[in-house]
Amino acid sequence: MSLNIADVEKVARLARLAMSPQEMQTAQAQLSNIFVLIAEMQAVDTRGITPMSHSQELYQRLREDIVTESNQREAFQAIAPQVENGLYLVPQVIE
Amino acid sequence: MIDSSISQLGADLRAKKISSVELTQCYLDRIAKFNPALNAFISLNPEISLEQARAADARFATGKIDALTGIPIAQKDIFCAKGWLTTCGSKMLHNFVSPYDAHVISQFNNAGAVNLGKTNMDEFAMGSSNETSYFGAVKNPWDISRVPGGSSGGTAAAVAARLCAAATGTDTGGSIRQPAALCGISGLKPTYGVVSRYGMIAFASSLDQAGPMARSAEDLALLLNTMAGFDERDSTSLQREKEDYARDLVKPLAGLRIGLPKEFFAEGLSNDVAQAVESSLAEYKKLGATIVEISLPNTKLSIPVYYVLAPAEASSNLSRFDGVRYGYRAPEYGDLANMYEKSRAQGFGPEVKRRIMIGTYVLSHGYYDAYYLQAQKIRRLIAQDFVDAFKQCDLIMGPTSPSTAFKLGEKGDDPVQMYLSDIYTIAVNLAGLPGMSIPCGFGSNKMPVGLQIIGNYFDEARMLNVAHQFQLATDWHTLYPKL
Repeated sequence: MSLNIADVEKVARLARLAMSPQEMQTAQAQLSNIFVLIAEMQAVDTRGITPMSHSQELYQRLREDIVTESNQREAFQAIAPQVENGLYLVPQVIE
Repeated sequence: MIDSSISQLGADLRAKKISSVELTQCYLDRIAKFNPALNAFISLNPEISLEQARAADARFATGKIDALTGIPIAQKDIFCAKGWLTTCGSKMLHNFVSPYDAHVISQFNNAGAVNLGKTNMDEFAMGSSNETSYFGAVKNPWDISRVPGGSSGGTAAAVAARLCAAATGTDTGGSIRQPAALCGISGLKPTYGVVSRYGMIAFASSLDQAGPMARSAEDLALLLNTMAGFDERDSTSLQREKEDYARDLVKPLAGLRIGLPKEFFAEGLSNDVAQAVESSLAEYKKLGATIVEISLPNTKLSIPVYYVLAPAEASSNLSRFDGVRYGYRAPEYGDLANMYEKSRAQGFGPEVKRRIMIGTYVLSHGYYDAYYLQAQKIRRLIAQDFVDAFKQCDLIMGPTSPSTAFKLGEKGDDPVQMYLSDIYTIAVNLAGLPGMSIPCGFGSNKMPVGLQIIGNYFDEARMLNVAHQFQLATDWHTLYPKL
């Protein structure tokens, strides 16, 4: 199986990765090789097998509805690329 | 001092033959001297390390001490440590000073261990050679023209070069066991869920597991005692009785049944690795074990299954890096979407982008059943292979890696070649089983060979017993590289 340039473009857009035409070409070749490897799976008969998402059969635990975290807004914002008056700054999204 | 086991160092500290400050300074001096050639550490913070050492020394006077009190431990740079740069080997987090501690870091802190520094690693733990790190490749201390393995390559090189008493790693597809093998040290990936993933930067959450890397099985047991335990902040952390992983170290091995999967000794395995592994099996027979041939028929499928599931989980986990709340933001951008796209394109390296793209593709509309669901179904077949195998044997052994350490740059251009080198380790993660690697000889190029030991779920104490008995009978684990 091989991917075409349109597939690569679509995936790059979904993954939010800016890519030059040159990078797309390299990615197309490398991803196609990887999908040749992955295609080995397709020959396996898996009818009737339950997918395994996890190695342990776990259920989501419940906990008491109490406050366990303290407010660390300043510590968290100190490591952000751009903040002002306690707000995270991003390019304007509403005209 | 640098050749002493952790229990010996602990005894010396308690007897006040040495202080933790002296020990920490000794390792910091070695790092200053040898790290420029090895590149095993990404960040050091001698003031914090020595402060912790002073606190440990004070603690010896109070009597509230632990097996690791005062012991300098290096931490893989995937663990968030408060006040420490925590980069995960990526430009994306090149300036990220963590505001909190991972559970593993808190456990070491509570024990009074010293955080000696953060070790280099493949970017976001994606790699088998440590060449994908934004901070440059790590060199194998046995031969600096060769890779240390990955992704916990900095840790493996630091332990092998005795730049720390022991260190931590994480293993998603072999990232503790393979670098341990390539650098001639011991490493253990516990059963999935034994060590909390809280504060450990996520790659593939259903596979990621932290574990210790050290010079002997005995040291691994002491580290695992500190690292393991229930943590409610990780929803996959298992609620189990606390156990002492060192409790069975001295048990004799008579009657032990070792399973050898025939698929691990087939095409693709280097002769020199096969020979070293076979010699160690002969040693196990002398120790009273019997060898049983077993089959893990779906071994070959573990690679395609892993390279669907791990990238799928990674593409989801790494969507959090958007240049808004922390980490890298592109210097120039247009609108919001453009800011995301540029920050991610510039912040992630080529291998990480490749895996995000694979994952995005297999999860996208129209491909989910054919790839993601099919891979999860085969994952069950792979796990079932082990259930069947453990009906005939107590433990499984084989090579950790098909060859010894390869040259830097040797597999750089071909991702598929690199992926194939994970053939013996990946299935263990897919099944969620514990696995370890211990040194068992040298290859034709004088590079270390690792023996892999795979246990049944929660059988870490027995695996450590089996490794320790081998290390009592052989001296491979005591050999170290000339720096």
